[in-house]
This record gives sequence, C-alpha cells and structure tokens, in this order.
Amino acid sequence: MTQRGARAIESRLFARRENKQAAFIPFVVAGDPDFETSLRIILELAAFSDVIEIGIPYSDPLADGPVIQEGALRALHAGMTLPRSLELMRRVREKTDVPLIAFTYVNPVVQYGPEKLAQAVSQAGGDGFIVPDLPFEESDRLREAAQQEGLALIPLMSLTSKRRIDKIVKAASGFVYCVSSLGVTGERAGFADELQSFVEAVKQASRVPVAVGFGVSQPQQVAELSAYSDGVIVGSAIVRRTEAIASALNSGDEAAVTEGITALVSFCKSLAIAGQQS
Amino acid sequence: MYPDEYGRFGQFGGKYVPETLMAALETLESDYRRLSSDPAFTKQLSYYLKEYSGRPTPLFLAERLTEQVGGARIYLKREDLNHTGAHKINNTLGQGLLAKLTGKKRVIAETGAGQHGVASATVAALFGLDCTVFMGEEDMERQALNVFRMRLLGAKVVAVTSGTRTLKDATNDAIRHWVEHVEDTYYIIGSVVGPHPYPMMVRDFQRIIGDETREQIQEKEGRLPDAIVACVGGGSNAMGIFYPFLQDTEVKLYGVEAAGEGVDTDRHAASMNRGTPGVLHGAMTMLLQDTYGQVLPAHSISAGLDYPGVGPEHAYLFASSRAAYVPATDQEALDAFETLTRSEGIIPALESAHAVAYAMKLAATMTRDQVVVVNLSGRGDKDVHTIEALLGGNLT
Repeated sequence: MTQRGARAIESRLFARRENKQAAFIPFVVAGDPDFETSLRIILELAAFSDVIEIGIPYSDPLADGPVIQEGALRALHAGMTLPRSLELMRRVREKTDVPLIAFTYVNPVVQYGPEKLAQAVSQAGGDGFIVPDLPFEESDRLREAAQQEGLALIPLMSLTSKRRIDKIVKAASGFVYCVSSLGVTGERAGFADELQSFVEAVKQASRVPVAVGFGVSQPQQVAELSAYSDGVIVGSAIVRRTEAIASALNSGDEAAVTEGITALVSFCKSLAIAGQQS
Repeated sequence: MYPDEYGRFGQFGGKYVPETLMAALETLESDYRRLSSDPAFTKQLSYYLKEYSGRPTPLFLAERLTEQVGGARIYLKREDLNHTGAHKINNTLGQGLLAKLTGKKRVIAETGAGQHGVASATVAALFGLDCTVFMGEEDMERQALNVFRMRLLGAKVVAVTSGTRTLKDATNDAIRHWVEHVEDTYYIIGSVVGPHPYPMMVRDFQRIIGDETREQIQEKEGRLPDAIVACVGGGSNAMGIFYPFLQDTEVKLYGVEAAGEGVDTDRHAASMNRGTPGVLHGAMTMLLQDTYGQVLPAHSISAGLDYPGVGPEHAYLFASSRAAYVPATDQEALDAFETLTRSEGIIPALESAHAVAYAMKLAATMTRDQVVVVNLSGRGDKDVHTIEALLGGNLT
C-alpha cells in the first residue's frame, strides 16, 4: 500500500536530501482558470513533481502578492469553492500517488471546522495542510485534527523567526517551509544574503525536511537552493503562466490553451530538473 | 482583565498573521508594555494631546437638539474639535511616539475615510518620520480632500486597486507591505482591529475619550450618563469612550453599525447584526462572510464605516451583551447629519452622524431627567462633497 499523509511527504523530501537534490513542489490555485483546466495542469505536473500544493482560493490572501491574488480571483469567479477544491483533490488522487497539500487561509478552516476539514482532506486523498496566516501560537487545534488523520501541518518559518525556530520545528510535520525573503509571494531576482545559513540552522534543529519558497522562478535559483534545501516551492511563476491559459480559455482558443499548458509544464520540468543535478 | 496573554478577549482576538510578522508583534508588545508604564512616555504623550491636539475636548450639551427630540438630555463629546478633526489623532500621537522612541524612521498606515491617514501623516510630520498611507481607490474618490491633505503633509498615498478597493483591501495591502519592510517600518493601525497587541494598544490610546467624559459628566450632572452612543466601523472611538465605563453596568453602551441600504439588503456593514465569528486582518472577530469563509464586501455611505469586520473587543462586548450594537442606515445618517448641522451648527462626519441618528431615536424613548452622551468622533468637512452630490442643487 502506498504511504499517505505526513510520512509520505517527509519520505519524498528525505529521498531528495539523500541524493543531494531538491524536491520540486509546485503550487497551483485550485480551479484557476477553471476546474477542468486546473485538473489537467495538476495531472501533468504530477508526472514529475515530488509534492503538489493545491491552493484553495480565498478572498483575502494576506500572504500573497498580486499574481496569486489574481489567480485566486479567477478561480472564485469560475465558481470555485472549498468543497469543489476538495473534489478537485479527489479527482487528482484517482490518477496519481503524488502527495497533495491543501494550502488554505485560516478563516475557511475556522468556518468548515478544523476536525471536519481534516477528515474531508484526508478522504479526498490529501496529505497535509499549509496555512500561511496560522502561526504556531494559534495552531494547536488544527494540528491535533491533522494528526488524527495522519496529515501534516507544515509550518512557515521566516528570516525573522530566529528566536522561534525551536518551538516551531518541534511541532512540524511534513516539512518546514522556509520563506526565502521578507515579503509576500512573488517572483524575485535574488534571495536574502543570510538565507543559506538560516536554512541550515532550521535543518539542524528539525527532524523533518526543509523546503524553501517565495520568489523562486528560475532554474538557476533552484539549482542554487538545491545545495542546501531539501525542496523548492514555486508558486507565482506558475500562476503567472496560468494567466495566459486563462485568456486563451476566455477567447475559446483550444489550441492556445494546450499551448499554454505545454509551456507551463515544460517550464516546471526545467525547474524540477535543475533541482536534481546533484 | 482582557486581553489575556494570547491577546484574546474571550474567544475573539489573537494573532492570525504570517510568521514573518510574529517576531515584530512580540517586540511591539514588549516595547509598548515597557513604554506605556514609563512616566516619561505618558508625560510626553499628555503634553502632545494637550498642547498639540487641544485636549481635553469639550462635552457639550446640545440644547436645541435635546429640545427637538424631546427626551433625554443629549451631550456631544466633541472629538471633532481635535487637531485634524477627529479622534484618530489620540491614537496616532501614541503610536507615533512609540515609533519614534523605538528608533523607527518610517511609518505606514491604512485609511478608509482618510481621517486616520491624515492623522498619521500629521504625526509623521510632527515627529519627522517618513509616511506612506494605503487607501482604496474608491475611497480616494469619495474622500479626495483628505487625499490632498495627506499629500500636503508630505505623505505618500498609495492607491489600492485590489479586491473591494476600500478599507478592507487597504488594510490587506498595508499588512503585505509591512511583511516586506518589517525591519525598518512601524505600522500605525488606525482602529481597535488587527493582531494583538493592536486592539489593546489602540484602545488604551483612545480611552482618554471615556476618561474625560467620565470626569466632565460628573461635573455637569453629578452622575454618570444613562447611555453612551458611538459609531462602530473598526470601533476605535466607541472602544475609547466605552472602556472606562465597562464596570459601570448602569451605563448602557450602544455601538452604532452602518446599516447602509438596510440590514436586510446585501448592502450594509453590520458585522455584528449580520456577521458570524471569523478571522480578518489577524484577529478572530465578527465578520461578514459566506458559508465557506469568503469575506463579503461591506457597504456604507461613510467610508470610515465601510468595513466587513469589527474590533475583537467589540465582538466580545457583543457576545457578553455588555454593549448593544444597533444599526443606522445611510438615509438615517444623512437625516441626522442635516438635523445636527441645523440645530447646533455642528457639521458631523458621516461616520459620527450614524451615532447621532441612533442617539436621537434612543433619547426620544427616555425621560427628560436622563442623560445620553454621543461620541461626536469627527467633523464633516471631508464629507461636504459627498453630501453636495447627494443633495444636488436641492439645498435651500
């Protein structure tokens, strides 16, 4: 039987660490530009991704820059809801074993109920949660609910977290998500100078793997990060490429939709490969 | 005593923010606790409140309004007479001093009606700080005068085009900006909202309204008022005047929410009467949202009340029934605006006109020996263009 939940995520990333590689972890907004197209994109990515983050679109995405905000709006306008996002997850799970993470803001968790949501994510074949506005101090209830289902609650760690590293890693499961720079999600030319030493300090303290995200958009950045990170998360660079697919879809140009997906997938492949050159 | 160590008021409050901000909030809380108990800090703050803003503000008996309503005596706490024209300066002087004394060179703020933006820009000029204000594009249109004032004061005004293009999204963008510049930037939140310690801190800076009211009404009436009425968007003027009276249960507290076109339409900002508990801008509070937690757009004629959430301590006072939260519609506010202007020669802010509207209704049900205090939180100069547009040429 295939391993599921927090353990599945951890073993994928540890396997990369052993080979001195970085796992490729794409982020996509569920239902962007619409349900079927996003399903198609995710299934193509599943062929070569180590873990996939499925973003549940939210009206007030505080930790996200303009690109992902727009992606969430497109999905919401296309009628995406939390239950539909779970349905999308289930459809992905029917076709692939790749670990799936539900990325959601905290208010939808509160409204659905942490326990009920953990069960629903588990039933949909999900393996964990990332909640960017749920710091350690507020996270007990969701962590317990996730643990009940064997799911990971992946904490974020920032360059400003130094005094907080120990308590955060102690409660971590799946991996620890290190934020590459101060700020919200979005493509960046470079990372903070102290990123490497910071990630190494987190790695030292943590019994679960460590991945880096925010601002990653180029193969050479992935290659650089793979020297010290177990995984690399890419979001805005993917969602920006979904924009083109969305406009093709709007104008009913099926060939351009396919073309857009092909371009997105080959871009992601180049990132995945960059992380695997040990 | 609320908030508790997690910044909670009962089930409300807390800190729901990106991890990047957690260390800054911890530092802010310890800086605030240290400075607010330091006599040198309180002395400086009192100095500016008195000599710069002109406190104490008067508690004025509105005789003609009282007569017209024919019930309880109506007193107006004249926060509109503060420097910059609203209660907002009480808080920005406090936080501005805090920023200055902790070595920050740069402040940011969000604003709805522009009153908090102006008060932040003013204090930034006073203390020699660089200032950037985030304001929704829609609010920039309806409060053009305040945009110009902020720019005159040397602040940079950033037009927020995301989401609803009003206060909610201005706050989102201010928080996003703070995450990126947290190391050298102080975020002056303008109301009793946001993550802990902001709701506590802003309340503490605004409680001077209630402290003065208490003293003044004792002097004038020899007793406490029967009721206090204040408008509630985020709720800082209401929290400020309520707080010193929380233990005096004989004093009834009324927060007036913007009912827009009516609480039974989908165009209002009544987060207490029509909302449910949820997380917005870092705090668990009462919120306008759908079943799955998507935040719903609010509506009010007044930009300062056009907000789908409310301060967490208000949510607590609502849940514990210590305060009542009542609606006033756009039309009721406009009527009250006109009534107060004509009866007392005081042009209130549209926000404050909501409080006046409910106070008139309430006073009419009370006897002539009873006393109602209305927090007249701001003056209406900024709103005259809106009113002019609404009345068209019909002013006679």
